[in-house]
Amino acid sequence: MVSLSWYLIFAAALFSIGLYGVLARKNAIAILMGIELMLNAVNINLVAFWRYGDLANIAGQAFAVIVFAVAAAEVAVGLALVISLYRRRNTVAADEINLMKW
Amino acid sequence: MSDPINLISQWFANLLLSWGLAEGLVKVISSAIGAAIVATLGLVTVIALIWVERKIAGRLQDRLGPNRAGPFGLLQPFADIIKIFTKEITTPNGADKVAFNIAPVLAMASVLLIWAVIPFAATVVGTNINVGVLYIVAVGSFGIVAVLMAGWSSNNKFALLGAFRAVAQMVSYEIPMVIALLVPVLLARSMGMNDIVAAQTPWFIVIAPLAALIFLITSMAEVGRAPFDLIEAESEIVAGFHTEYSGMGFGMFYVSEFLHVWTVGALMATFFFGGWSGPGAENLPILGIVYFYIKTFIGYFLVTWIRLSLPRIRIDQLLAFNWKFLTPLALVILIATAIVDKALEIAGVERWGYALIMLAVNLFIGWVTILILKAVEPRRKRQRVEFAPRPVAVAPKTPDS
Amino acid sequence: MSGLEIIFLIVAGVTLLASLFVVTTPNLVHAALWLILALFGVAAAFVLLNAAFLAVVQVLVYIGAIAVLMIFAIMLTRRVMKDSGPQTNANWVWAALLGLLLFAGLTFVLINSGAEQASLPALALDADPIAQLGQELVSPNAYVIPFELASVLLLAAMIGAIVVAWKK
Repeated sequence: MVSLSWYLIFAAALFSIGLYGVLARKNAIAILMGIELMLNAVNINLVAFWRYGDLANIAGQAFAVIVFAVAAAEVAVGLALVISLYRRRNTVAADEINLMKW
Repeated sequence: MSDPINLISQWFANLLLSWGLAEGLVKVISSAIGAAIVATLGLVTVIALIWVERKIAGRLQDRLGPNRAGPFGLLQPFADIIKIFTKEITTPNGADKVAFNIAPVLAMASVLLIWAVIPFAATVVGTNINVGVLYIVAVGSFGIVAVLMAGWSSNNKFALLGAFRAVAQMVSYEIPMVIALLVPVLLARSMGMNDIVAAQTPWFIVIAPLAALIFLITSMAEVGRAPFDLIEAESEIVAGFHTEYSGMGFGMFYVSEFLHVWTVGALMATFFFGGWSGPGAENLPILGIVYFYIKTFIGYFLVTWIRLSLPRIRIDQLLAFNWKFLTPLALVILIATAIVDKALEIAGVERWGYALIMLAVNLFIGWVTILILKAVEPRRKRQRVEFAPRPVAVAPKTPDS
Repeated sequence: MSGLEIIFLIVAGVTLLASLFVVTTPNLVHAALWLILALFGVAAAFVLLNAAFLAVVQVLVYIGAIAVLMIFAIMLTRRVMKDSGPQTNANWVWAALLGLLLFAGLTFVLINSGAEQASLPALALDADPIAQLGQELVSPNAYVIPFELASVLLLAAMIGAIVVAWKK
């Protein structure tokens, strides 16, 4: 039987990979990809807890749906920012965007 | 004897079981064979469709169409197939090899996957999942990815431009399409395809004609056929995203386009024309398949007819038509349908009265739309692009002149 | 090993491999294509968890919209990032260490948490999770406020994205 911990470890691995992508990548769009992976890991956990818990309590699926909406909003705004940034600064490398740094 | 297809599949399953295979394995094998049969059926249909389409095109344009190979030119598609199979498959220099070669397969798969949920008859359906409608929309997104992959990996600017156009068109037309599809879902109270077919007394074309119209228009745009064939406009961007493909690579895009048109016909039939239902189809599933194919062909013929009659529209017209007309209209129809449906349910109006009132609501919305269009349209000036006057030949300026 | 276990391992393996490529490939378009595969793997995991609706929505939203949007954005901002050169910043070693540490820690906690013993409740054949999900999402006693908030957030994000990316 595929037990709950398999799904949880799978999600943990996905989350860690996403975390690495967020921390190590230079390109802002690649960082967004890492965030997507992390959000997906969260969704796997939510759905797995629904499946292995009380089936009548649909909270896991409901929150997964809301995570979808949040992810879509985040990508839309994030990519709009990246494109606007590219127009103004001609770069999308996260470490070159340092006007506010001192 | 009334249901030969399930009879055969049961006989086959029993045969495998008698050979001592495990029950789960038998199920997997039967499903695989069923999937192969459905996919092959789709591809064989395309062979016939190529002939049909060329004949229709010929007749509508006052020509004869193919008439040399075989009687009535019936062997023409086979000649085409042999030609396309023997052509060399080239991968251009500088192309992204893996993505370039996966893209046609993905394009084909995205269309074939739709057939997994389409009910051919009361008992003949690939898989009756309870999210059928969403599934159809979701696998369509693989088609978008395939086009993007093909355009990007070709290393050709026309291919990339074509892919950009295609994606802009497909992503934006998906929105009114999904909203229009929500109307039959709402009326049938289910997203399962078989439930939608079973709920259609009378057919949804009577209850929701405007949703059917929007679905037809948007799915034609999804397919990318004239008047929405900007993605492969020959006079502008060579052949769009499949410029660099030769032989079977091009063949797969071509076949997937034909199959997609046929699938649009099948979806129209399933959602709005009662699917397999018809006199006697409940007891005789084989009759249901016949009805289904006839209805599908009518939808297919309609799309082909429109394609051969209308000129291509401009990209700004295409997007304005979607965002300023189709999407608001689809939203209005969905909201009106939901409200009227609930009101009639509370009032306890039954089948035919319900259908009549729904039809009246649709006609009213259509009439108001036409009034609004008439009021808005004359005031708008025709948009023209003004270029600075540019003489054809001017003597170059020389320093001593 | 049962068939379901083998399928789970294949799905998980493909997903994790694809997501590793997402974060390591220097070519960003390739990273986006690998991202599509990884997201599809997550959809397959949803199917294995009997959440068909979420699997389909995952394909529709993530692959049909988000991944395509990302490829668009990559192509619109292409000039500066010729795919040569390192795509990682100076801290990538620390990031990798942190990732590994997090994974090890989470795995350690999970193995000792007793999740192994969680039983798999049987799905009732007549139960329809989609109908239940739909009703609870708009029910005042359940999730109508988060649901409406998410809709407002989406609307705000849509307007915000248009305003931010508007070419003046």
